[in-house]
Amino acid sequence: MTRRAWGLPAYYIGLLALLYLPLVVLLVFAFNDGTILAFPMRGFTLRWFQELFATEALMRALRNSVAVGLGAATVAVILGACGAIAFVRFTFRGKGAFMSVALLPLYVPFVVVGVALLLLFSVIGLPRSLLTIAAAHTVVSFPYALLILTARLVGFDPHLEEAAMSLGANYWQTLRRVILPLIAPALLAAWLTAFTVSFDEFAIANLLAGAEPTLPVYLYSQLRMSARLPLVIAMAGLVMVITLSIFFTLVSLRRYVFRAPPPAARVA
Amino acid sequence: MSASPLAVKVDAVTKRFAGHVAVDRVTLEIRQGEFFSLLGPSGCGKTTTLRMIAGFETPTEGRILFGDEDVTGRPAHLRRVGMVFQNYALFPHLSVEGNVAFALRLQRVPPADIAQRVAAALAMVRLPGLGARMPAQLSGGQQQRVALARALVFRPTVVLLDEPLGALDQKLRKAMQLELKALQRDVGLTFVYVTHDQEEALTMSDRIAVMDGGRVLQVADPQALYERPASRFVADFIGISNTLPGTVREQAGGGQGGGDLVTIALQGERGVSLRAAGREGLVAGQAVTAAVRPERMRLVPPGAAVGAEDNVVEGTVRDVVYTGSDTQCFVDLGGGTTVMVRVPNDRAPGATPVVARGSSVRVAWSSHSTALLIA
Repeated sequence: MTRRAWGLPAYYIGLLALLYLPLVVLLVFAFNDGTILAFPMRGFTLRWFQELFATEALMRALRNSVAVGLGAATVAVILGACGAIAFVRFTFRGKGAFMSVALLPLYVPFVVVGVALLLLFSVIGLPRSLLTIAAAHTVVSFPYALLILTARLVGFDPHLEEAAMSLGANYWQTLRRVILPLIAPALLAAWLTAFTVSFDEFAIANLLAGAEPTLPVYLYSQLRMSARLPLVIAMAGLVMVITLSIFFTLVSLRRYVFRAPPPAARVA
Repeated sequence: MSASPLAVKVDAVTKRFAGHVAVDRVTLEIRQGEFFSLLGPSGCGKTTTLRMIAGFETPTEGRILFGDEDVTGRPAHLRRVGMVFQNYALFPHLSVEGNVAFALRLQRVPPADIAQRVAAALAMVRLPGLGARMPAQLSGGQQQRVALARALVFRPTVVLLDEPLGALDQKLRKAMQLELKALQRDVGLTFVYVTHDQEEALTMSDRIAVMDGGRVLQVADPQALYERPASRFVADFIGISNTLPGTVREQAGGGQGGGDLVTIALQGERGVSLRAAGREGLVAGQAVTAAVRPERMRLVPPGAAVGAEDNVVEGTVRDVVYTGSDTQCFVDLGGGTTVMVRVPNDRAPGATPVVARGSSVRVAWSSHSTALLIA
C-alpha cells in the first residue's frame, strides 16, 4: 500500500519529464536572446519569431508542407473511406488479405518507402517535386485513415442503411444523407491524423524533394548554420504548438469517433 | 377478407446461404389490408423471408410479387416498403421530424405537405409535438412509435415489421400489441409481422404462417391454428397442448356436428379408446397423435356425473400447480401419457383445493376438441 503510494506518482512524474522536458526546453530556448544553446540564458526575446515570419524561404517551406499535407490527407481519407466501406460492408475475393496488405506501409520503415519510391519515380521518369512527396505521403498516411474509419464503421448499425433504402434512398442518397453525416467526426479525425503524418514526415520528403523542400527538410538544411539555429528552434516550437492543438482536437473528437452504437437498442 | 386482392405473393422462394438452406420453397399469399404474421423459432427462416420481401436479400429460386408485378430483381429503394426494425434503426443525427420526413423529402414532396403529413403521422402514433426531439432523448417505446410513423407516412405498398416489440418490456409490449393492431386497422395498410412469440401473433394477426426449418408448416387464422393445428410442431409451438399418442381403430360417421368420428386406441396396455373429429386419409392401424388443449379438458370428481363429453379417461393426479388465474393439474393416464388439465380458479376464495395429489380422477373432454396429428 505504502509502496504504491509513492511508486505511482514517481513513475508518473518520471514519465512526464521524459515526454515533455525536451518540449519545454525547446519552448524556453525559442524565447532565448542568443544564438548559443546553453545555460545561463541571455534574456527574453520575440525576435526569432519576427525573423521567422520574415524569412521568405522558411515561409515557403511551411506553405509547401501545408499544401502537401492537404493533398495527401484528402486523398488518403477518400481512399481510406472507400477501403473501410468495402472492408466492413462487402464480401470480396481476397478480403482476408486486404487489411494486412493495406496496413503494410505502417510497418515498412519510411526510409525504405522513400528509397523505393525514389527508384520507382526515376524509372517511370517522374521528376522529384512536391507532387511526388504528396503521393508518397498519401501511401504512408492511408493506413491510419483506413484504421480510423474501419473502427467507426464496424460499430455502424447496418439497419440504418437498410432503413434508408426502404424509405426510397438509393445507394448515393444513403451515403450522403445517412452514412457520411454519421461518420463525419471519424472522417475529420482521419484527415487530421493523415495531415499530421504528412506534415512532420522527414525521411521520405528528404529523399523525394526536388527544388521545393517541405518544412522538416528545410529546417534540417538550416541546422548546418549555427546562426540559424534559434530560428529552427522557434519554428519547431511553433509547429509543436500547432501539432498539439490538432492532437487535442482529436482527443475531444474521440467520443464521437468511437461512439458506441446508438443507445436505442438498450433502452427498454 | 378473401375478396381482397393479393398484396404480396412469395412464390416458391428458396434462399441458400453458402450451402445452408435458410428458406425452403416457401409460398405465401398475403392479401391487401391483412395483418399477416410469420411465426417460428429463431433460425426458422422468417426474417430471411421478410428481408426478401423488403429487397435486402435476393431469392436463390422463386419470385416475389407485389400485386401481379414481379419485383424479384427490384432493388429495395424502389419497392415502397415500410420497414420497422427491432432496434428501431432511427437516424441518430436527425430529429424525430427529420426521421419521419425522410421518405417524403426523397420524393420531393412540397415542404408544406411534408409538415402536415409528418404532424399527422406523429399524431397517429400518439407522439404529437415531439418532432423537434432527437431519437436519443426518447424512451424505447417512443422510439418504436417514431420508427412506425416513419414507415407509414409515405403510404407504402406493404409494411414489414421485424420483431418490432422485441426490445420492449412485457407490459409495454402488451399495450403496444393492441395499439399496433388498431393502428393497422385504421390505416388499412398490409402488415407483414415477424415474431417468435406465439401469443403476440395470435393477438394481432388476421392470419399466421408458422415456419420451421425454412419451411411453412401451416397458414391459418389464429383460431384455426389454435384449434386445429396440422402438425405436432404447430400444436406444441402455439400454446400448450396435451399430446396423446395412439393408433387408429376405425373412422365412421356419427361425430359431433355431423362429421366423421375416429376411434383411437391410446398407447399403453389398458386398452383405452379415444374419440376424435375425423380427418381425411386415415387408415386403421395408423399411428396418430391426439392433441387437446389443457383448458378443453375437465376433471370429473369421483361420483359426479360426466357431462356432454364423449371422452372419459381415468387417471392419477401427479401434481397440482397454482398459477393465479387457474390451477394446473397434471394427470397420469397410464401408458406413459401425462396430460395437463387447466382448472379455472373461478370459485370463491378459500374454497377447498380442486383436487389432491395422488387421488384418482376422471378426465373428460369432447371429440371435437381433439385434433388428430399424423405422427
